[in-house]
Amino acid sequence: MTDDEFSSVVGLLGREPKIAELAMYSVMWSEHCSYKSSRPHLGRFPTEAPWVVVGPGENAGVVDLGDGWLAALRIESHNHPSFVEPYQGAATGVGGILRDVFTMGARPIALWDQIRFGHLDDPHNRYLFSGVVAGIAGYGNAVGVPTVGGEVAFEDCYRGNPLVNVMCLGILRADQLVLGTAGEPGTISVLLGSSTGRDGIGGASVLASASFDEDSSAKRPAVQVGDPFQEKKLIEACLELYQKNLVVGIQDLGAAGLSCSTSEPAARAGMGMDVDLDRVHVRESDMTPGELLMSESQERMMAFVHPDQLDEVLAVAEKWEVDASVVGEVKPGGTLRVFKDGNLVAEVPASSLSEDAPTYDRPYSEPSWLADLWASTTDSSQSPDIGTSLLTMLGDPSLGDPSWVYQQYDHMLFLNTVVGPGDNGNLLRIKGTTKGLAVSTDGNGRLCYLDPRRGAARLVYESALNVAMVGARPMAVVDNLNFGNPEKPEVMWQFTETVEGISQACESLEIPVIGGNVSFYNETDGIDIYPTPIVGMLGLADPLPDRPPRLEAGKAGMDVWLLGPRNGTNLAGSAFEKLVSGHLGGRPTDPHPSTAGAVIGLARHLAVQGVAPVLHDVSEGGLAVAIAEICIRSEVGAAISFSDWHHLFCEDPHRFIAVAPPEAAASIRAAAHGSGVAATRIGSLGGSSIEFERNDRIEGSISLDAVAAAWRGAIRDRMDH
Amino acid sequence: MTVAVVVFPGSNCEHDVVYALRSLGCEAELVWHRDVDLTAFDGVVLPGGFAHGDYLRTGAIARFSPVMAEVRRMADEGAPVLGICNGFQILTEAGLLPGVLLANRDLRFICRPVHLRVESTESILTKMATVGDVLEIPLNSYEGNYTADPAESGRVLLTYSDGAGKVSPATNPNGSMDNIAGIANGAGNVAGLMPHPERAIESILGSTDGRVLLRSFAVSVAAFAEGRPARV
Repeated sequence: MTDDEFSSVVGLLGREPKIAELAMYSVMWSEHCSYKSSRPHLGRFPTEAPWVVVGPGENAGVVDLGDGWLAALRIESHNHPSFVEPYQGAATGVGGILRDVFTMGARPIALWDQIRFGHLDDPHNRYLFSGVVAGIAGYGNAVGVPTVGGEVAFEDCYRGNPLVNVMCLGILRADQLVLGTAGEPGTISVLLGSSTGRDGIGGASVLASASFDEDSSAKRPAVQVGDPFQEKKLIEACLELYQKNLVVGIQDLGAAGLSCSTSEPAARAGMGMDVDLDRVHVRESDMTPGELLMSESQERMMAFVHPDQLDEVLAVAEKWEVDASVVGEVKPGGTLRVFKDGNLVAEVPASSLSEDAPTYDRPYSEPSWLADLWASTTDSSQSPDIGTSLLTMLGDPSLGDPSWVYQQYDHMLFLNTVVGPGDNGNLLRIKGTTKGLAVSTDGNGRLCYLDPRRGAARLVYESALNVAMVGARPMAVVDNLNFGNPEKPEVMWQFTETVEGISQACESLEIPVIGGNVSFYNETDGIDIYPTPIVGMLGLADPLPDRPPRLEAGKAGMDVWLLGPRNGTNLAGSAFEKLVSGHLGGRPTDPHPSTAGAVIGLARHLAVQGVAPVLHDVSEGGLAVAIAEICIRSEVGAAISFSDWHHLFCEDPHRFIAVAPPEAAASIRAAAHGSGVAATRIGSLGGSSIEFERNDRIEGSISLDAVAAAWRGAIRDRMDH
Repeated sequence: MTVAVVVFPGSNCEHDVVYALRSLGCEAELVWHRDVDLTAFDGVVLPGGFAHGDYLRTGAIARFSPVMAEVRRMADEGAPVLGICNGFQILTEAGLLPGVLLANRDLRFICRPVHLRVESTESILTKMATVGDVLEIPLNSYEGNYTADPAESGRVLLTYSDGAGKVSPATNPNGSMDNIAGIANGAGNVAGLMPHPERAIESILGSTDGRVLLRSFAVSVAAFAEGRPARV
């Protein structure tokens, strides 16, 4: 806490704060909890649409799926804890995001993880990577929520600061929606779940809102420890409470623990609350009031209960073997009073903790180095060896087979996973309905480093296209904004540009942002990460397609089509430039909103009609990598014609591949024509190698076996040896 | 006739098992682990998950859950008793099936479809199948590495194979002795397997090969309900 912030507290209270009060303000006013640097900019996001039930500001965003069904979606980061202690950092990230979703009354049905590290050739990165994957698996599998997809990426900028983001989707019936409100005076506050201890004291301020240096391992005690078994029981107990209509409101205990879960619900209800810390069930004695208020012990929820229903609530907790204690009571007047050993240890306006946090309109300016970066290009007159380039790219962990990761995650539980990990987007059915939910999460640090506004907008379009390719209409975005130190004007500029890019793209597609998270201070020893926004897109497919397109559905003899703009040559920020040329520079192509909308509509049409067994977007690695991925997954070669080698590796947006039998040609042309999208037949599947032809001459060829081996080994071989 | 699907704190496949059995026309109900009367049921499934958190050896606490006395009684009476994944681990801990399940050879969780070769049809799990059939069913476990005293390993029902039914070290995902994926007791009415047949009952989810196993179980339950012993 800064001196100015301390003065603000003194001004609010009209006196010097007591120690416990200071503890509460220090965590609640941390960057992590208060969004004090980002809040002035987040109002830019479009957040409204007729189907939005709950927008940003609650624990999770909620949208209406029709027929009385709602979906709740939330994304969070656990970057710094995962660097300090990879297994527990990642595990507790999973636990936290689950609580955000079942706090809303929803059953969590799926998780996604977006994880980024330095290159795997460095043993410390392998340690972090394997620890994070094991932590996600250890917690997610045991808590009984499938991890159905996500992303892995590797860049040197994440070496000292890996990114561990996690997203959770839940579903609920409309009449089970619960909000984080404390209710009327007389309502009882019941603390459910694990006992409170000294783990994670001040994690929100010490870890999540500060930069790293070589002494960061000393922060390990600020990392919490997860217990998925407690969380599983807590989920089932809470769902039974909702089903029996036994709670007025509920709030999870995450960052800032009891401070947050008492003050925020009271403030939302316009009420105050009396809290007795002696009644909190604890795992160690002699904790100070400040420690009790700041502890981030996991797997805890605060339920607000009508006094007449308290016995029933306690009986449900007892059935599920969940500890419960009555710790407080809602009072009129707006004052939060905290007692310990009969003494009043804190007395503050409840709303001052969450609503009076300072905001900083931090200065921002375009980085001085950007113009030079845009001007920096490579000599690309010489054609590369296409086959060798493809081998190099597919053999890199960022583009290689991610199954080493997702085969450690239970991705099938609940029998909803129609399209699981390793495809474009994921598709989950909702049993007992005709509906499916499609989800894609996308990030690309290189593009956003070169041009945050264009890069971020392209992520929105890419994720919408991925969702459309499994037959769904994109309907809501959540974002996780991972950035460096906001006290640097160029980082704040990257941030504001990113918000603008996401907002513009969402506006053009009429998709609301229903929630998000900001993670600043992702810097180590003064070096910031690339600006790395992650976009999570939710789409609704109703009806669920019988046979959604799959990467493995290609067969010899089928035509390969490119849908969308075809003659892009820009390689700025591409995987080709990074992995083959060893260069990062130039300016990525600006997205084109009306083309984006048309291409997304066409993709959805083709998926719903079942015209093409395979649809695949052209993104990282360009056309060549997209074709190779289809060939590897479908176990068949291809012959592809091209006119300029740049076209094969360019990552310009709004393009996808369709693979279909020759008799579907007329349907594809007609659909593309109707959408105003260019359709080009670029080749066909067949044989046992991938061949690239120009003017009827083979200019690049690589055996399917060779690319498949490189792709399969990219992560696996580095981790298993 | 109704099947009891036991819910331990930490179980997580119980709803999937009920869904799968009902979709095959077999009535099933969830039973809490503290319920100690299963006389209304004609068969029992211990589903997958992490009973009691599995922080100790898998199944080591669950074997003491109150419901297990009833599971033992039903097994002794010849009723069909099936353990899937964590349920299999619990049955071995309870001594209703021989052997133990160790951590996977590579010390990593494995979630992916595997091929299984049917080795015996003399059980409540495989009676509708044919020896030599190859089934594609998802595996989903960290402790799936079966081992036992060779003299006591029970009746081998299923082994990890390739798609053509060839069983070799190369087709062994987790280090299990003799590629064993599922076994039964001598009477054939108590069976356990590591893969999840309830995850392979609909083509939209990738495979329907689990149906023959769950149908075998359902038929066995019906036979037992009609007063015929499930022994085969």
